[in-house]
Amino acid sequence: MIPSAFDYHAPTSLDEALTLLAQGGDDAKILAGGQSLIPVMRLRLAGPELLIDLGRIDGLRGIEDDGDAVRIGAMTPHHDIASSALLGEHAALLCAAARTVADPQVRHRGTFGGALVHADPAGDMPAPALVLGAEFVIAGAGGIRTVSATDFFEGLFTTAVGEDEILTHVRIPKHTGWGARYEKFTRVAQQWSIVAVAATVRAEGSAIAEARVGLTNMGSVPIRAESVEAALAGCALEEAAIARACASAAEGTDPPTDTNGDADYRRHLATVLATRAVLSAAGG
Amino acid sequence: MTVTEIGSPRRRKEDQRLITGRTRYTDNIVLPGMLHLAMVRSPFAHATITAIDTHDATSSPGVVAVLTGRDVADEQGSLPCAWPITPDQKAPPHPAIAVDHVAFAGEVVACVIARSAAEARDAIELIDIDYDELPVVLDLEEALTDATLAHPDLGTNKSATWVFDSAEAGTGDDVAQVLAASELVLERTYLQQRLIPAFMEPRSTVVDPTGEQITMWSATQVPHLLRLMLALTLSIPEGKVRVVAPDVGGGFGGKLQVTPEEVITMLAARRTGKPCKYTETRSESLMAAHHGRGQVQRLKLGATREGIVTGLSVDLLADMGAYLGLVTPGVPILGAFMYNSIYKFAAYRFSCTNLFTNKAWTDAYRGAGRPEATFAIERLMDDLAHELDMDPVELRRKNWIKHEEFPFSTIACLEYDSGNYEAATDRALELFGYDDLCAERDRRRAAGDRVQLGIGVSTFTEMCGLAPSRVLGALSYAAGGWEHAQVRVLPTGAVEVVTGVSGHGQGHETAWSQIVADRLGVPFDSIEVLHGDTQTSQKGLDTYGSRSLVVGGMAVVAAADKVIEKARTVAAHLLEASTDDIEFAEGRFSVRGTDQGLALGEIAFATFSAHNLPDGFEPSLDSDATFDPENFSFPHGTHLAAMEVDTETGEVTLRKYVCVDDIGNVINPMIVDGQVHGGLVQGIAQALFEEAVHDESGTLVSGSFVDYLVPSAADLPSFTTDRTVTPSTTNALGVKGVGEAGTIASTPAIVNGVLDAIRHLGVQDIAMPCSPHRVWKALQDGASKGLGAEEPVPDRVAPEQDAGPMNSSGNLPTGDFQ
Ligand SMILES: Cc1cc2nc3c(=O)[nH]c(=O)nc-3n(C[C@H](O)[C@H](O)[C@H](O)COP(=O)(O)OP(=O)(O)OC[C@H]3O[C@@H](n4cnc5c(N)ncnc54)[C@H](O)[C@@H]3O)c2cc1C
Repeated sequence: MIPSAFDYHAPTSLDEALTLLAQGGDDAKILAGGQSLIPVMRLRLAGPELLIDLGRIDGLRGIEDDGDAVRIGAMTPHHDIASSALLGEHAALLCAAARTVADPQVRHRGTFGGALVHADPAGDMPAPALVLGAEFVIAGAGGIRTVSATDFFEGLFTTAVGEDEILTHVRIPKHTGWGARYEKFTRVAQQWSIVAVAATVRAEGSAIAEARVGLTNMGSVPIRAESVEAALAGCALEEAAIARACASAAEGTDPPTDTNGDADYRRHLATVLATRAVLSAAGG
Repeated sequence: MTVTEIGSPRRRKEDQRLITGRTRYTDNIVLPGMLHLAMVRSPFAHATITAIDTHDATSSPGVVAVLTGRDVADEQGSLPCAWPITPDQKAPPHPAIAVDHVAFAGEVVACVIARSAAEARDAIELIDIDYDELPVVLDLEEALTDATLAHPDLGTNKSATWVFDSAEAGTGDDVAQVLAASELVLERTYLQQRLIPAFMEPRSTVVDPTGEQITMWSATQVPHLLRLMLALTLSIPEGKVRVVAPDVGGGFGGKLQVTPEEVITMLAARRTGKPCKYTETRSESLMAAHHGRGQVQRLKLGATREGIVTGLSVDLLADMGAYLGLVTPGVPILGAFMYNSIYKFAAYRFSCTNLFTNKAWTDAYRGAGRPEATFAIERLMDDLAHELDMDPVELRRKNWIKHEEFPFSTIACLEYDSGNYEAATDRALELFGYDDLCAERDRRRAAGDRVQLGIGVSTFTEMCGLAPSRVLGALSYAAGGWEHAQVRVLPTGAVEVVTGVSGHGQGHETAWSQIVADRLGVPFDSIEVLHGDTQTSQKGLDTYGSRSLVVGGMAVVAAADKVIEKARTVAAHLLEASTDDIEFAEGRFSVRGTDQGLALGEIAFATFSAHNLPDGFEPSLDSDATFDPENFSFPHGTHLAAMEVDTETGEVTLRKYVCVDDIGNVINPMIVDGQVHGGLVQGIAQALFEEAVHDESGTLVSGSFVDYLVPSAADLPSFTTDRTVTPSTTNALGVKGVGEAGTIASTPAIVNGVLDAIRHLGVQDIAMPCSPHRVWKALQDGASKGLGAEEPVPDRVAPEQDAGPMNSSGNLPTGDFQ
């Protein structure tokens, strides 16, 4: 498990990192927590000649109140997200999802930004970011641009972040008081999602006022179950009604087939898990 | 002998170094000028090699040499198989480096020797190999037809067929007649999926060719067998080879092997004249270290309507994989003696056909043959109980050997020395709360709960302590089954125990110290246990088959007893008494009826100085003993599992697990608990999680721990383990064996529990591992047949092998990293 030889730089400013990235071209890669990149390098599925480690750049790590949103630095590790009181109050879904990622070691090294840019269809952070309407702040040679959640995830392992760009922050609009549940289905504790459903719900009285429902590993990108969300608006807080609203969760999805299950099974799981996630998010 | 150590739950003295890694694992060994190896492995499951271009690799930085099969064809010989089960057994030659034909994906086709591990790894990318792909045979039923051959030169996929027939052996009736006359015959086909031993420490070998002897350090279970086989395979005089198994991180049978990598490292060291090291990656370990299980079991069980089993016929197809390893052909045969398990049958027939396929070769894996047998009979017993609407425990009670019937000669020709199935079962039922859980299951079934409860029952016995040498001889195994030990008393009174077994995590150093401490009356801490080096422990047959204590421990006892007798002679001389008047207790020799005496340490010093010894007395207390068991030992137990099945998702959860094992006397209960817990996890893993999956081209899909699901503590509840004690009567310690027990009984208990939860929903069988997907599919199929419909049992449920394009779901991502 020895990767091919590479150069390593740990710049202390974003500008320096962008310059190195531009100079390195195709052969350069950003290193965040290394929890996805290093394994594929060790398996020689990737062989970058230059790694640019973002770990020494100030200001890329941390969770801050930013008015109507919470601003999360790309280098914030999963553990900090899982245990953030600020996020617990305003974006509980992110905390819930981060708690299901891997194990404590990986959660202390792997980063929010890395997980989003890596965009593994079975990764647990993209679907919550999508349904919470995250805004992605991306730095490049031409300056800073912001990309909306709907435009960010482009395909299998590809996002709007260009080869010569760096994701610096993510703004998560506040969903204060919304209940949340990340329902992750796996066979063993430390496993990527076979299917997962991210649900966050604002309840009013005995009904659901608004709901956001996202699907993990039901296609090459995270999917927002819009028909479910529409059906849930005004839905009574009661299992049968919620199950009816969630029946369309798998519509229009294109889930994979592998050793853990075929596409049909995943479609079935998506509806079952959606019902459970919404019920739990709504406090049921 | 005063018993203070035996039975005490001592913490293992070896654990600190093993757990911290501050020890000599093979990969920690660094020698001056050492070279490093990396292997090129075939990406194809079946192909001829048409050309190999090593030019670029040879000139790559740091590379010393590149070896191909052709380069070593004259010296590499063929890897050994020590167990020809029939005189006409067929086997292809097994070169360490393939010469012109590869028969599984992962087979070594070239080896780079370089100054650093990184340079070796870099250079293997530069080797260009042309292959002509050949058709692959992967499935056992298909292999049986010989339509596609794993080894075209062999002309058949059939290696051998081995039969045991109770009518022929004179132990019982003719099974065909008995089944024809039975009121009821159950016909079933069960599948034993392929498993990967997945030991914690990947295999590693270092060879130092400098000096008079070539020394090999290897992460092996079998240093003695390895030394012998290296000498035979490579025609090196045995005395010129020393093999050391330093600390070894687990094996589970997976390191009971003479591997291509060991032979290649030896060849590389001899060629270069330099120390060489090879350490496999985890991917290589999963792909190319031998696999386990892999059987189709076709079974017929006859019974009366009252639930008395009349006879059993077993027809096996066993997957050898591409080659025969050290004991590959014998693994299913070890099961032949265990299908009758704890029961009394009138007739029994076992037939096994060993088949080649284009997959990694199989060999021993924890339990080796016995888990498969136990699975079959225990599944059949539950199926029969269901068929007869009888309590599964009651059905077993009706058929098992009663404790007053021991010793008992079984239909499979074994003599069970002792056992008490009633006691173990009663205790297990009580600890489990069997009646309450059955009542809860019935309530939930009646209410149609989303999560159903099932109760899984399994009993087992196994033959442990491999093995009486004459029995191995009768089974055509090449070696014996004895074990050797030496006990040395140093001038300071400290004791060295040399053992021929080769522990690799079992805790021998602790257990052997406890035995000797009691036997010789010396403190636990002044005993040192030495093993795993053919220069220190010159004789031995190593560790596998739950044999270490039952055979090796007995050799230690015999050697210690000889020390006592020698010391008694010296004591009598020094104390001026007759040896008959010398008593030995708690480490002291004293003259009967007086307060005169000498401690063992004092006698040891007197023997060392040798100034005043009896005439003709050889000045040494050190003693050797070789112990050949008269019989196997037969641990047994009853295991119960409460399984919850989520009928919406197919998710299976183990809620409660109780096992009561009878392993005879216990030397160290903490070590025993460790063995049982670990064994249970491995058996449960076969039932629920683990499977070596190949795609249709023969590539291993479950080639990393992302897809080969080894459960962790987070996936399982705490187990309730207890014991009954029926000492073995075939050895002086009264011990049986415990290394494999948990693995053997747990697999059927779990599957029986899953089926019990959902049988009423029309599910008759689920192939292992019972993944949520398979359980869900079985429920769908059951529902489409109509709930609870009494459908004929499907002849065979094929394991799903979705070979769709591997995407990122749990698999290693590639998309972003071209
Ligand atoms: C054993 C194990 C189990 C895991 N289980 C799970 C799981 O259950 N669920 C889950 O979601 N994840 C899981 N992961 C993955 C983990 O969440 C990773 O941390 C994450 O996917 C990548 O984050 P990272 O910081 O490690 O990124 P890296 O590995 O450092 O980088 C990943 C990719 O993103 C790029 N990149 C990273 N940061 C930036 C940035 N700021 N700007 C531009 N490009 C960037 C890199 O160049 C690289 O291509 C697991 C990982 C391991 C090792």
